[in-house]
Parts: sequence; C-alpha cells; structure tokens
Amino acid sequence: MTVPVAWYLVLAALLFAIGAFGALFRRNGITVFLSIELMLNAANLTLVAYSREIAELSARITGQMVVFFALAVAAAEAAVGLALFIAIFRQRETIDLNRLNLMRW
Amino acid sequence: MIVPWVVAVLTAVVLMVWVERRMSALIQDRRGPNRLGPLGLFQAIADAAKFIFKESLTPAGADRPLYLLAPLLALLPALTTFVVIPFGPAIEVSERTLRMLVVDTDTGVMLFLALASLGVYSLVMAGYSSNNKYSLLGSLRAAAQMISYELALTLSVVAVLLPATSLNLAAVVDYQVSKQWLGFLPGWNVFPQALGFLVFLVASFAETNRLPFDLPEAESELVAGYHTEYSAMRFALFFMGEYMAMTTLSALGVTLYFGGWTLPGVDLAAVAATVAGWCGAPQLFGLPLASWLGPLFGFGVLMAKVALWLLFFVWVRWTFPRFRYDQLMRLGWKVLLPLALVNLVAIAMLTVGGVL
Amino acid sequence: MEIAVFILFALVAVISAIAVITHPNPVYSTLSLIVTLFATAVLFVLLGAPFLAALQILLYAGAILVLFLFVIMLLNLRRQRSTSPRGRGQVTVAALGAVLFFGTLAASLLATGRPEPGALAPVSLHQLSRALFSHYLLPFQIIGLLLLVAVIAATVLARRAPAPEEER
Repeated sequence: MTVPVAWYLVLAALLFAIGAFGALFRRNGITVFLSIELMLNAANLTLVAYSREIAELSARITGQMVVFFALAVAAAEAAVGLALFIAIFRQRETIDLNRLNLMRW
Repeated sequence: MIVPWVVAVLTAVVLMVWVERRMSALIQDRRGPNRLGPLGLFQAIADAAKFIFKESLTPAGADRPLYLLAPLLALLPALTTFVVIPFGPAIEVSERTLRMLVVDTDTGVMLFLALASLGVYSLVMAGYSSNNKYSLLGSLRAAAQMISYELALTLSVVAVLLPATSLNLAAVVDYQVSKQWLGFLPGWNVFPQALGFLVFLVASFAETNRLPFDLPEAESELVAGYHTEYSAMRFALFFMGEYMAMTTLSALGVTLYFGGWTLPGVDLAAVAATVAGWCGAPQLFGLPLASWLGPLFGFGVLMAKVALWLLFFVWVRWTFPRFRYDQLMRLGWKVLLPLALVNLVAIAMLTVGGVL
Repeated sequence: MEIAVFILFALVAVISAIAVITHPNPVYSTLSLIVTLFATAVLFVLLGAPFLAALQILLYAGAILVLFLFVIMLLNLRRQRSTSPRGRGQVTVAALGAVLFFGTLAASLLATGRPEPGALAPVSLHQLSRALFSHYLLPFQIIGLLLLVAVIAATVLARRAPAPEEER
C-alpha cells in the first residue's frame, strides 16, 4: 500500500510550523537562520509531494525544477547571510538578536 | 552483494597498513617491519592489538557526544559509497538481468559524491569537540580543503559522464567496453580525458587527506591536527576510515577511467562460462556456476586495478613534499577548477560533435 | 513496507526539527538540521525524486551546513545564556500559536482536491535535464548569475576592513 500524499503534506506543514516557531522565538541569529532553512526544506517537501500526484509530466517536472532552483537559492542565501553574520559579529561581538536593535524605534 | 565489498574494503585496510610500511621502507632504502610473520605481514595484527590495549583518553572539557561520534562518522562515507560501483558482468536471474551493483539507480554517481561529501563532518566534529585550538584549526583547514577539491572532483566526474549519457556507473563501464581508441588502445576513458583524469587524481589525493595534501594531519605542522586528542581505538577508526575512503575513491576512479571490472578484449562472462564448463557446470544455490564466477572474476579484476591505484597512492606519498596551506588552496581553486571546466567544455564539444 | 519507512523517517525528521529549534548549542542545532535533511532526502526518494534527494544531501547537507558549522566555529559561539528573561507565559503562547499555525496550514493544504495518484513512474533524469536546458533555460542562467552575485557579496561582506594607513 502506498503512502497517501496527504501524509507528506501534513508532515511538511508540521516541519514548516516548527521552523516558523524557531525563527520567531529563538534569540541566537544562527539558530534563526537554521529554522529558515528548515522552512525552505518543508516547502521543498510540499513541492515534491505535489509533483508526485499530478499526472501530467510537464507539471511534475515543474515541481522538481522549482525544488532544484529553491536549493540553489537557499545556498546563495546561506552564503550571503552568513557573511552578514560575520560582519555583524566583528562589529558588535554578539549575535543575540535582542541586542541587535539599532534599527528599532 | 554487499558482503564481497565489505570484505574487500576491510581486507584492503589491513593490507594497506603493511603495504604502506614496506613500500615506504623500499623507497627510503631501509627494511621496514620484518619481525612479525613472513616479510612482516602480521604487522597489522600487532597494530590492532596495540590499539585495543591502549588507554582511551577523553580530554577534559571535550564535548563528549560529538567527541565519541566523530570517529564513527569517519567510517560512514567509506562504508556506504561502494554501493554504486559495478563489479561484474550482468547475470540472468529468473528471467531478469541483474546488474552487479548493490544499488542500481539512474543517479549512481551522485549518490557516491553525496555520501563522500559527508566525510567532512567527521573532521569538523573531531576538531571542534576536542577542546584544543590546534585540533580546531586543523579540522577547519581540512574541511576547507575537502570542500574545495570536491568541486574539481565533481566536475571531472561530470566530464566522464557526458559521453556515457548516464549517471549509472554500469553504463559508464559499458561505454568504455564499446570503444576503441586509435585502433589498438582499450576504450578506457583515461585516453581521451587525460586532463580530467589528472584533475581527478589530484583531487582524490586532496579528498582523502593524503600527501602531498595532508597538512591537516601532518605530524610536524599541527601536532597531528584534528585527531590530536584521539587515542587508541578511536584513532584507529580515523586511520581505517582514511584507508577505506582511499579504497572506495580508487574504485570510483578505476571505474570511471580504467574500465572498472572489465579487461580489454576479454569477455568475462564467456570466460566464466568456460571455466564453469570445465567443472561440469554445476548449480550453486540455484544459479549456474558461471553466474557466480563471472562477477567473481570481475570483482577480482576491479580489486587488482584498485590495488595498483593504492600502490600509486603510497608511492606518491613518499615522493613529494607537502603543500603549504595557501599553495594547496591556490591549486584547488585557481588551477584545478579552471582545468576541470576546460576539460568539461572540451568533452562536451567532442561529444556533441560525435567524436566520442 | 513503504509506510513503515515513511513513518520512521517522518518521526526522525520531526524529532530532529524540534531539536534544531530547542537546543541551546548552535552546533547541535546544525547537526540536528543535517539529520532532518537526511530524513527529508529519504522521503524524496520515496516520492520518486532520487535525483533531488542526492542533490539535497550533496548540496544542502554536504556544503551549506558545513558553511554554517564553519561560521559557528570561527565566531566561537557557545551556548547562549539568556540575557533578557522571557515571561512565564511566553513559551506557552508561542507554542499554542505554532500549533494553530500548523493546523491552518495542514487544513489549507489538504483542502485542495487531489486525484488518486495511481502508479506514476518517477521522473527520469533525462526528462529533468532536457527540461532544464530547454524550458527552464532562462531561470537556469539567472540562477547562475544569482550564485555569482552571492559569491561576490559574501566575499565583500566578510572581508576585514582595510587598516586606516592603507586607505590613503
């Protein structure tokens, strides 16, 4: 018996919610970043799950292609974000997000 | 199908310990271990006994879970990557052609590269958890070296896959069997893709942290680098992991560039059938003897080529001086990566042009 | 059989995802994320996308997270002590919010009408690569450009500012 696609969607929603919780709640900048990557991963899972259940080939290819590009974008974003963290850390000696509040009112 | 591989890889480790010591002695004009057993062949047993009985220290302040996990992670890529390497001619099993790969998928090589890229984590974890600045520095340098040379390695592998039009290594071997260069050379990929082969060779030295790229674990530089704080059995695990990684990466190189399990001009399936005919063609566990002998011969040929490659590894280790770290990174990024790209473009043009 | 594999790896993914967001040490968070990505890669294989699974392990778990680990070690980040204490009810409210968010998301995903999948063959590598270089050529080139921009940006951002004497 094959696994119904609905289970994958629920799992992806769960992972996304966990990632969102982490991104909003943690103070450590790197952990927030990791939670964002978790959310991206959950979105990729949703895309691949949908690409399994649609019958026409072009739509299924589209699903997997979008995941491919999402992986590349995640890589680019990770590189730039981490470079930003390094630059911030050099200046402020902390990445506690509660303390990086120069732009707050 | 996994069993012969595991046996072969573990045997290779044991033999490599001996080969390394004797061959380095040969190159350095001295004797090498010759006390234990004929020609010192039982040296590996003595080494294993020493490692078992030594005290396993854990440094104070070390991050215990990661410290204990790192040596096990060193074995992970080595013990999983051989599953995509073909080792014999296809056999007929209950009306179905079974190719001799443990995992026969269309994404063969990518699986190998993916699992091999996980080898970085054992280095990083070992250095980080040791609570020792030299280990940390050594592990960061080793990790940076590994991921830099992974790029050149991957690009040279992709260039091999282009004429074979498949990521499955069995298809790469079939392609090499079907070709002949200049009328007399066997159809191995090393002849048209010599540049790619050189890039792969250098990158595989860097990937396994062997001299001339072993700065991260050099004894004179960083007090043995990322495995400074490891003693006894855990150090032995790192050691074994390195030899196993060498073996599996050599097996990949042999399959990509030297025809894998095939011998040029020899049809191993026919040879197996003839030999089985001499024994009266009995059945063994439901399969004809030829079906067992064919993959066995193929595996033997593959391991023989891997053995030659490993000898080359040892030879180079004791011939060249060590690279300095900035020279190493410069080589990886500014020399090997452009060469690999040039090779890729050239092979792509030749493939589209119908030459390959 | 497939259900057993799915349940096992789904549990692994969820448990390590919770470990990512709860563990105080960022190194362990990163390692937990690696486990999550591994479990997701196995789920990709179950969904008929082995190429994406290998790609995810190769890129995400094998390169991007190594980058994360590098930065954590270079900045020598330790366990974060709480500098501003949280209110007692803050965790409960946030957890409740997360549960509600999950419920909404799952409900909206499940509400889309779906035909029964039947026996669909996994998308082959040839088809994917053909599509990449014909249909999706423009996004492919743009991604290449994006990665170039990211490399340049990262190099510039992480560079040490030149010492004052050199600015003359």
